[in-house]
Amino acid sequence: MYDSGKIITGLVLFVGLVTLPFWYSIGKAQVKPDPSLNTPVINQMKVKHCIESKQFMIDNHMELLNDWRNAVVRDNKTLYVSTTGQSFTMSLEVTCFHCHSNEKQFCNQCHSYVNIQPYCWECHVKPAEEIANGH
Amino acid sequence: MDIDKRQFLKILGISSALWVGSRFAGGISSLFGIGDKFDTKALADAGFEISKTLPDPKALTAKQWAIAIDIRQFKTADDYKKCIMVCDKIHNIPDISTKQDIKWIWEEPYNAAFPEQHNNYMGGQLKDKPVILMCNQCEFPPCVRVCPTGATFKRQDGIVMMDYHRCIGCRYCMAGCPYGSRSFNFQDPRPFLKKIDPEYPTRTKGVVEKCDFCAERLDKGLMPACVEASNGAMVFGDLRDPGSDIRKILSSNFSIRRKPELGTQPNVFYLI
Ligand code: SF4
Ligand code: SF4
Repeated sequence: MYDSGKIITGLVLFVGLVTLPFWYSIGKAQVKPDPSLNTPVINQMKVKHCIESKQFMIDNHMELLNDWRNAVVRDNKTLYVSTTGQSFTMSLEVTCFHCHSNEKQFCNQCHSYVNIQPYCWECHVKPAEEIANGH
Repeated sequence: MDIDKRQFLKILGISSALWVGSRFAGGISSLFGIGDKFDTKALADAGFEISKTLPDPKALTAKQWAIAIDIRQFKTADDYKKCIMVCDKIHNIPDISTKQDIKWIWEEPYNAAFPEQHNNYMGGQLKDKPVILMCNQCEFPPCVRVCPTGATFKRQDGIVMMDYHRCIGCRYCMAGCPYGSRSFNFQDPRPFLKKIDPEYPTRTKGVVEKCDFCAERLDKGLMPACVEASNGAMVFGDLRDPGSDIRKILSSNFSIRRKPELGTQPNVFYLI
């Protein structure tokens, strides 16, 4: 083989580069996301239940919020009747943050873990607690 | 096996037809995977109760909302200020002391608000009197016609609404609006807000905003905030309802509108 030195070095370099993300995170402990439910409002609830089941919310909250925003902004609808028959105002500020007033320990846990940056907060006002702390 | 071009195309055609067919069998909504997760119909078929979204039963409804502003009743500076301030406060409208200011409702001297009505020899108090201005929620809104994303659109109650989520900040609507009703966020508005009302979102850099007749209040059953603050100097109602307050006041008073010759059919009327 001609130029075997160059080719092999090139191959080694290439494989190294492609697998760089794996090398990069070796030895770094990935902290498992642990969304906290420790807020004053949730602590006072007798039955801790979100508007829908926990699994549904984990899987679908982004689509649910997307549907909410279209319903509220574009179809003049403001109420969400959940599968349990309860109705809620479709509003991040009024409904979601009423209980989940801990953005850092709740929303950001998973969002940081999967490295997504939802830009809700550019307009929607973060829970009061976070504003008070100057964020 | 050797295949020529003709055979290859045949295989490709048949297999894609089969794929599309199988997706159709699984319901049109799941073609391309859309709606797989949130397939409410499938849930309902399987006997699950499904959630739904509804308008608030208390919501105020109309075919075409309109406001009549009786400028004869605006006498002191405070009469104007209270209407403007309440809007600024509940909608988190920043106060920026440059040309980049944001305004939903503002005042302008009569001759600037109605340039085509003005003449140099006009007597009385009207000449330099300030007039309250806001978006006219035009019946034929040029801003809506030019918006490339559907970010601004007409609701079924006639309100010209903004969906900030969709606004790309191209500002076509600002060029289209003949009334200067729209403002652009050249920067993040939050540093210019003394106090943020947490129940109403602020806007973000790069979107256009304007008055929407307090759509969020109407949907809860409340009157627009400026109308409420005006002590009767502003009358709000359904223009298509002959029995409404606004129709009564329009039929018994002389009223004018801004630039009616443009054919936008503004829905803010001025009693002078
Ligand atoms: S600036 Fe926003 S609302 Fe205006 S035309 Fe462009 S996308 Fe539409
Ligand atoms: S006044 Fe301007 S912004 Fe308001 S609906 Fe008419 S054209 Fe659009």
